[in-house]
Amino acid sequence: MARLHEYQGKQLLAAAGIAIPRGGVARTAEEVFEIAEQFHGNVAVKAQAWVTGRKALGGVALVHSPREAQEAAEKMFGLHFGNFPVDEVLVEQLLDIEDEFFVSITIDDANGAPLLLLDCKGGSGIEDRADAIDRIPITAEGEISKEALQEVTGDESVSEAIISIVSAAKEHEARSLEVNPLARLTDGSIVAADCRITIDDYAVYRHNDLGIDIARELDHPPTELERVAYTIEQEDHRGTFYFAQLPTEGCQESNGLIAFHGAGGGGSMMSMDAVSNEGFTLSNFTDTSGNPSVAKVYQAARVILSQPHLKGYFGSGSGVASQEQYHSAYGLAKAFCEMNMAIPAVIRLGGNSEDRAVDILQDACKDLPAPVRGFKKDDTPASCAALFAQLVEHTDTTNDSMRRTVPDFVGSSDASCFPIKTGTLWIDHLSPDIAQLVIGHSSGLLESNGNGQPTPAEDIRDKDSELIACEIECLRDGHPVVFLDMPVRGLE
Amino acid sequence: MAVIIDNDKRVMVQGITGREGRARTRLMKNFGTNIVGGCTPGRGGQEVEGILVHDTVKEVVDAAGGEVDISVVFVPARLVKHAAIEAIDAGVRLVVLVPDRVPVWDAMAIAAKAKRAGAHFIGPNTLGIISPGKAVLGMIGGNADSAREWFTPPSDNLTNLGVISRSGGMTSSCGYYLAQAGFGLSTLCHVGGDSVIGMPIPDVALRMQRDDETDGIVVFGEIGGSQEERLAQLMNEGRITKPVIAYIGGKAAREGTRFSHAGAIIEGGRGTHDGKVQALTQAGAIVVDAFGDLPEAAREIFSVDRSNA
Repeated sequence: MARLHEYQGKQLLAAAGIAIPRGGVARTAEEVFEIAEQFHGNVAVKAQAWVTGRKALGGVALVHSPREAQEAAEKMFGLHFGNFPVDEVLVEQLLDIEDEFFVSITIDDANGAPLLLLDCKGGSGIEDRADAIDRIPITAEGEISKEALQEVTGDESVSEAIISIVSAAKEHEARSLEVNPLARLTDGSIVAADCRITIDDYAVYRHNDLGIDIARELDHPPTELERVAYTIEQEDHRGTFYFAQLPTEGCQESNGLIAFHGAGGGGSMMSMDAVSNEGFTLSNFTDTSGNPSVAKVYQAARVILSQPHLKGYFGSGSGVASQEQYHSAYGLAKAFCEMNMAIPAVIRLGGNSEDRAVDILQDACKDLPAPVRGFKKDDTPASCAALFAQLVEHTDTTNDSMRRTVPDFVGSSDASCFPIKTGTLWIDHLSPDIAQLVIGHSSGLLESNGNGQPTPAEDIRDKDSELIACEIECLRDGHPVVFLDMPVRGLE
Repeated sequence: MAVIIDNDKRVMVQGITGREGRARTRLMKNFGTNIVGGCTPGRGGQEVEGILVHDTVKEVVDAAGGEVDISVVFVPARLVKHAAIEAIDAGVRLVVLVPDRVPVWDAMAIAAKAKRAGAHFIGPNTLGIISPGKAVLGMIGGNADSAREWFTPPSDNLTNLGVISRSGGMTSSCGYYLAQAGFGLSTLCHVGGDSVIGMPIPDVALRMQRDDETDGIVVFGEIGGSQEERLAQLMNEGRITKPVIAYIGGKAAREGTRFSHAGAIIEGGRGTHDGKVQALTQAGAIVVDAFGDLPEAAREIFSVDRSNA
């Protein structure tokens, strides 16, 4: 997640010279007690969770003894705010606040520039006072006019603190940074009493120091599969692979839980809407696009099929793709064959090379237990979704019974095997004419060795996509004698 | 006339020697775009698709007689800011930023630079712009033959529509289905999937409003941001008077999760599907619930208009 917890955000503010309350982070109630003792028990205990209105949900307690602090923390640990469990609390010395300021830096998409939202009456109930908020422009260099700030705050030290907050937002490439409130204490000092910061997903690579492990906006902590998917995306930059799991409560009442595999952001959302209209619950949202490699689409399909209780697999993008669609067809065909697909799949492959793409998919999958159907650009998302609903209705199984199978020759001493970067290529021991057929499907990557068996003609270590195509073409010819064993890390 | 691009505009390519740069230069050239040059630092003297490669934008501009109207950028995301600023500094008036995953503070720096220089940019994360029968920028269609086959050029005998989309794939998709339904297409523009983009939907719509070849505007919107709401405002102010037909993607999307595009996220209750549909409907646009209904909705509007006339 590119969102940081309050305590992490405050550390960034402190580094930018803004005062923050004294205190510490605790992961157990005992640690809370110890920190509270340092302040004679006069502390705020604050659940670290990405949720708005934390106070109203019981996520903030103001207490006056270490014992009370510990009890408050015991209640908070184990709570869930939205989909996020509370496993850390921030314990801070209570502040004598005189004035509160609502400070929020956002990106104003209408002007293509950062913007400061400022309210001198503090932030509680800010939603109801939207008109009272002052809006002060920020430059793309992270600069803001001190005069403009002075006009609103009337307080030099507050204005200076805000200038520092703005420069921190720029330095860490925040997509949003909110300090609510920035507090003026009775002794006149200015303290950031809260902090909420989200780093731009696309800039996370420039901020390794922030320790963000998954730069994705999700409404829940990343699941194990989302982590697997994210790793695939990080390690293979050929096209994009986006995977988010969706809440599945209520799927009992729907027409069933299904896998969703889109292509292109807009086409994926449109297709998600179309298949949702058929009354399904989507287990995930996925988008492979930007000319993804065969290998990446294969891995995406494997990740998608690792979710439990699926009754079908719906794939659809824009329908008129500029990219060559046969790559996706190879990747899907390999995943479906390897998993011996027992649930129906409907895939809209419209766009460039759609005829070839549909041929590859349907032909390779024709002997599988469940129907796998490919469609082209003249097939609308709604009609494909309707047909998919019919197929799912006539299937009484889920993917829970499906297991990945590899051919018998994999691991056999007769077969040839060649390591590549992402796995191992296995080729069965072949008669001369089948060997020629395999070589013919290899895009020149394989040639005959002295014994008439296929062997690499060049460096094939980066050629996972071409080798998958070779595997599927041999399969289509009725000779499943080539197999690229490409384990997906975290699944196998 | 057309919007943004026609076959007179002098176009160059930054990152012309890369995989995407090469492939899309071929598409643009074969479709009719007037490509006058390209550059990649350190690759000066090479040739791509018969086009001489230079090291810098400035060298391309000089070699092209001092004037390049548009530069299409295919460099890695982290280099886009530098490439865009180099182009604007060299006097290029419009920069088309194809790469995905450009950091938003970089996009804002480009926006500030463009504003100061009086230049414009489209994207980042745009598939491009195409004026059927004339020219293409970026990669819409994938190859020239597909682009010709899919998109009907505008003509006096047809009702001609402009398409503005927040999704690249859906830009082609809208164009194809409208062409199949018998419409001509003036210009298709993918504004880009990010939250900060150079030429958002309302800006392109204003250009289409002024374009005598565009009879109506088709919009593929998405959840998140305020582009659709701002288009509705222009309609309310009477600054957009041509018929607007729209579809908004992401009805099934949930708040707090980003759906592929950087800009497609509902936050703090802003940018919802309902809010956008309501704003556009109240402003007089036709908003269809199913994407496949767009062509039929367009047909209905224009048959009514004709019978009134």
